[in-house]
Amino acid sequence: MSDYLLIQSQDPFESSATLRDYELATDLASAGNKVTLFLVQNGTLAGRQGANNAALSALSAKGVDVLADDFSLRERGISEESLADGVKATSLETAFDQFAAGTKTIWL
Amino acid sequence: MSDKKALTFSIMDGPFEQARIVTVLRMIDIAAKRGYKISVFAYEGAVSLPFAKQAQHPNAVHGNDLAEENHPLAKDWIAALMKTARDNGGELDWINCGLCVDERGMGDAIDGVRRGTPGDLWSCASESDNTLIVGTR
Repeated sequence: MSDYLLIQSQDPFESSATLRDYELATDLASAGNKVTLFLVQNGTLAGRQGANNAALSALSAKGVDVLADDFSLRERGISEESLADGVKATSLETAFDQFAAGTKTIWL
Repeated sequence: MSDKKALTFSIMDGPFEQARIVTVLRMIDIAAKRGYKISVFAYEGAVSLPFAKQAQHPNAVHGNDLAEENHPLAKDWIAALMKTARDNGGELDWINCGLCVDERGMGDAIDGVRRGTPGDLWSCASESDNTLIVGTR
């Protein structure tokens, strides 16, 4: 089993491929891997409460750690309080630490 | 490998177009502040990032002169990252794909940038603790 860091910079409203990326995260977690999905840039838009984000919300239930870049959130006027359940704001440094530690990192 | 981390980034987006480059440069900034050994392999449009002839401009629409507009330039960001790495005991080795440079006439790069081939990406990745490939979309 391995650790995976998946960096998602697109949102499902601009690219349907994003939904396939969520499936990849789910499949990796279901196979027993530790998976973090790090939302950055427009990828953070999917993490808002009220967004049509059932696919994203399902990830935490499957054991995927869903994080959102706080800088990208601020750029887009998204407060941490307005994030959907299971999505946690954090700094880019959190993702960087995983990358530097050797976690298999994929920019989706 | 030394006790300092060695990390490789591969990028292909040009300047002034995609937020991806800003995010990657933010990651490189973290590595530079920690004094890590950083290798960047830039190919396709990304070889334009350290192009030396990038220039600031005024913005008549906004009514700003050159100084007021103070338009950020990717080449200056990269030079600053190289300095940050050096100041913290690290290194930023920026490799521009030679073929991509020639295709685009981007040979005039800032100091510290060298030409290379995809073989350099392989070498850097082989000697690094981790590698991040950031493709375009």
